[in-house]
Amino acid sequence: MSNKNTIVDIPTVNKIARLSRLDIPEASKQSLTNDLNNILGFVAQLEEVDTSDVKPLASVTGHRLPLRSDEVTDGNIEDLVLKNAPESSSGFFVVPKVIE
Amino acid sequence: MSETGILKPGHINGETGTWEMVIGLEIHAQISSKSKLFSGASASFGAEANSNVSLVDAAMPGMLPVINEFCIEQAVKTGLALNAKINNVSVFDRKNYFYADLPQGYQISQFTKPIVGEGEIIIDLDNGKQTTIGIERLHLEQDAGKSLHDQHPSKSFIDLNRTGVALMEIVSKPDIRSPQEAGAYVKKIRSILRYVGACDGNMEEGSLRADCNVSVRKSGEEFGTRCEIKNLNSIRFIIQAIQSEAERQVDILESGGKINQETRLFDTSTGETRSMRSKEDAHDYRYFPDPDLLPLEFSDSWVQEIKKTLPELPDSLKKRLVNDFEITPYDASILVEEKDYVDFYQKAAKGQDGKLTANWMITELFGALKKENLTLSNSPISPENLGKLVSLISKGTISGKIAKDVFVEMMTSKNSPSDIVKDKGLEQVSDDTEILKLIDKVISENKDKVNDYLGGKDKLFGFFVGQVMKLSQGKANPGIVNNLLKEKLK
Repeated sequence: MSNKNTIVDIPTVNKIARLSRLDIPEASKQSLTNDLNNILGFVAQLEEVDTSDVKPLASVTGHRLPLRSDEVTDGNIEDLVLKNAPESSSGFFVVPKVIE
Repeated sequence: MSETGILKPGHINGETGTWEMVIGLEIHAQISSKSKLFSGASASFGAEANSNVSLVDAAMPGMLPVINEFCIEQAVKTGLALNAKINNVSVFDRKNYFYADLPQGYQISQFTKPIVGEGEIIIDLDNGKQTTIGIERLHLEQDAGKSLHDQHPSKSFIDLNRTGVALMEIVSKPDIRSPQEAGAYVKKIRSILRYVGACDGNMEEGSLRADCNVSVRKSGEEFGTRCEIKNLNSIRFIIQAIQSEAERQVDILESGGKINQETRLFDTSTGETRSMRSKEDAHDYRYFPDPDLLPLEFSDSWVQEIKKTLPELPDSLKKRLVNDFEITPYDASILVEEKDYVDFYQKAAKGQDGKLTANWMITELFGALKKENLTLSNSPISPENLGKLVSLISKGTISGKIAKDVFVEMMTSKNSPSDIVKDKGLEQVSDDTEILKLIDKVISENKDKVNDYLGGKDKLFGFFVGQVMKLSQGKANPGIVNNLLKEKLK
């Protein structure tokens, strides 16, 4: 994902915040940038290990992706599904108008 | 200056010369599973709002996706039918974006390692020619929910029933060169999906929809900048949208402008495309492997097992119909479009004149069904009875003209054609003495015309044939009437 040379700057933090729909106060942007750079720098130490002979690994547990058979076992719980919705009407979630 | 003559499809004559279209398609096909890709909620269409939703689909915290085995099988089956490479290891990624009908905040899809890689299919064009279109990949992904914007002036209504339903996205290579080829490509993919049973292909209900990537170039030049037209749900709209989009691009380029790579919508009321005014970051999806899902792995032997369950596919069936029933490749390509067409035809044509059966099925039966708003599965005429009708024609028991009357009767009464012919006394008269009687009557009633004919008015021959046929109520064998009349009027 990144290497030692990756430097996160304030415009990058702004972009990530916008993509994540996070409202970050101007005052905390610099410290957040520092934190991100520290984290990335820490993780980048892994790149010092020679992995040229190691196959990519998705899991250390040795488990395989569990499968389920094609049966309807769930659903018909509109009340539960809508329980946390700030607004709902005749079974629908109701949200401020979103139109392209 | 524009050239004269008819342009080949997919070409546009501009002020500066002829432009060629370059088209690639992304088809989204809903897998015909009972339950969703990663949850046990029903995948059926048209249920009460939010009734087919589990807590996984609603993205409640702590819920884990578990993949539906049937959906994996359908993707592999489809991949095999597309002559494509099956990837024994594939990975699910999160495609991140925000929209009200996507509660997870990401779509689970496959980005770098799809379940199916490159393949190719042959498409049939209207002129009887064929061409090969490359397949880039096929991957599994979740569908999004549905937003209704017309229920309230300032609110949108969200139904998550479709959220998490399994889709296969089939991506073509940019090998398509005209709107007509694009239409033929979608038709072929739809046909293959229906044969395999992976998708019902219902475009009206949205089970099959296409995004079209369109660009234009002068022949032999590099590809131009493309635009993507989203979410087209009929072959007619696909053809219209591509044509209008390519014309728009030619106009821009010829007036010195540049094409912006963007996503566009097709407005069915104007027949034109318009920009979706997407935000600048819309395409920054920040894909990464879904940490909730291990890679999907399966063995070659499992793929081989699935291969054994594949039905005979349209291309192979088409060849067989041409060989076994001596019909034209064009007729065969119509008959293999749907599995039930071929089944019907093979039953009807068994032991009959294949070409004649194909004609009656494609022209008369399909025409009549369309008129009555029926499909082949609820056809009042069984394949056996259509075969019997063809047999009555080939044996000369009835003429082709009478056969049309019998056919109309069959559509309403469901009786067998031989019963109808017997009940109504419609057998063709091929007996010489019977026909001679009719000829004598016509000659004695039209003495002046006989004299005119013998005096050189050759054209009157048709009149005599017509009179004899009329007298026989259409039942006389026209070939025999012709021969006997010629003898008589020497």
